[in-house]
Amino acid sequence: MYEIRLHSRGGQGGVTAAKLLAHAAFLDGKNATAAPFYGAERRGAPVVSFIRIDDRPIKIYSQIRKPDLVIVLDMGVMDTVNVLDGLKEGGSILINSPNPAEFEGYKTYNVDLTNIALSLDLIVSGSPILNTPLLGALAKMGFVSRESARTAIKEAFKDERNAEAAMKAYEEMKI
Amino acid sequence: MLTIATGNKAVATAVRDAKPKVVAAYPITPQTEIVENIADFVSSKELDSRYIPVESEHSSMAACMGSSIAGVRTFTATSSHGLVYMCEMLHMVAGARLPIVMANANRALGPGWNVWAEQSDSLSMRDSGWLQVYVSTVQEAYDATLMAFRIAEDNDVLLPVMVNLDGFLLTHIMQGFETVNPEDFIPEIDLPHRIDVDNPGGYGTLTPPNEHFKFRWDIERALRDSVRVIEETESEFEKRFGRKYGMTEDYRTEDAEVIIVAMGTLGKEMEVAVDNLREEGIKAGSVRIRWFRPFPDLKSRLEGRDVVVIDRDYSFGFGGIVANEIRAKCNVKPYSVIAGLGGQEVTYDDIAGFVRDRKTDSEFWFGVNE
Repeated sequence: MYEIRLHSRGGQGGVTAAKLLAHAAFLDGKNATAAPFYGAERRGAPVVSFIRIDDRPIKIYSQIRKPDLVIVLDMGVMDTVNVLDGLKEGGSILINSPNPAEFEGYKTYNVDLTNIALSLDLIVSGSPILNTPLLGALAKMGFVSRESARTAIKEAFKDERNAEAAMKAYEEMKI
Repeated sequence: MLTIATGNKAVATAVRDAKPKVVAAYPITPQTEIVENIADFVSSKELDSRYIPVESEHSSMAACMGSSIAGVRTFTATSSHGLVYMCEMLHMVAGARLPIVMANANRALGPGWNVWAEQSDSLSMRDSGWLQVYVSTVQEAYDATLMAFRIAEDNDVLLPVMVNLDGFLLTHIMQGFETVNPEDFIPEIDLPHRIDVDNPGGYGTLTPPNEHFKFRWDIERALRDSVRVIEETESEFEKRFGRKYGMTEDYRTEDAEVIIVAMGTLGKEMEVAVDNLREEGIKAGSVRIRWFRPFPDLKSRLEGRDVVVIDRDYSFGFGGIVANEIRAKCNVKPYSVIAGLGGQEVTYDDIAGFVRDRKTDSEFWFGVNE
């Protein structure tokens, strides 16, 4: 089983990102669950979502304690949240940033999701859409197929720019 | 069709496929997505139904009573404070023998204000005459909702059915599930005592002491008969659609020395604890209670073994409600664990810990140190 924890802020689309990832994995023929942790949500507050992907049925509903991958959509949450908490030895971190970062003992990936969204004018209520480009980055990392990422996005959003953003992230992401 | 969705969406989809003629509902966290999705199905004409928005849960069940007594298939959904607000109407519709189906997102009652999973809401309604089933996956939420209509409307039952799913844990998780085409799996509703303008009758008239108990006994007789109807319905469902259900879901119980009992999502997560305990050499098994009313016969699986019961609920001044039922019905002295109240996090490791540390005939409140 592969366990992923996603950190974002309320309003950034982290919950939808988790759902898109589970949907794409499901389209790849895997078992997948996406479970947002619902606290006292409000725009701007740090939120966390959990995604599990496995070949076997997933029976777990509790939160992920030891993720294989941590995704940080907004590095600002790192001021108040220890995003490395429980991350498995040799685990991976994916950050939304134009600049690479170093976390000792972990594999770190970065992609500038914010800029991809802005370049396509993919903005809702004043915020750039990060979740659909994120799915492209995760496809590049091999968590889901490119085709399933595209299908999951198209089923969720009519606006073509969402799939375009995912493909742009796929191209830009360096692994 | 194979798809991926939340527990709430699965319930709404089952309602679409069961085609009720009336849905009267009031939104409440964490079930709101159920009635929102149904409203969408009605507005897009995927479901040919009258959707009645009402001003409260008491009114929603009252509207459901009116529609059901006219002999049409009726659905609603609620949670927690909404459920207890309609308490009077729950007794009314059971007493009037109306086969309404309702989904309840299990959520704690305040104060302190809490929107997370707890089964105290539905369990406090256990004596109302409603059948109650507790589900543990998105697939099961869909399947059980569909079956609930057939069971409720069976002329040997004619009682309302409540489908319970853990708030957030199941209502908001995304999992894969498969829809079915029910065709004639749910026959046309035929309520024998429906209002018929050509044959006027009295409804809910004064019932004196020499009559009232007969109606109560009739409810009890129907609940006893409902075990057969549930089993027939689930067996027919398996034949047509390939998925098997029962009064309980048993996991690795055959040679088990200790059995864990729970309902809802904990009843699924505990299977992971069973696997892990077995690797340590502890012969564990689990029994997930699906149908709480009517209550299953658990003697053959529990008696003579250690029993650990996990209650996501409590009856103040007495004990865990599921543990109490087991004490009353089986000759066992369970280790009663109170865990998961108000969404308290409980993992499969915690559950394995309950089994390792079990003390027969005692109660343990998870997280309380006294």
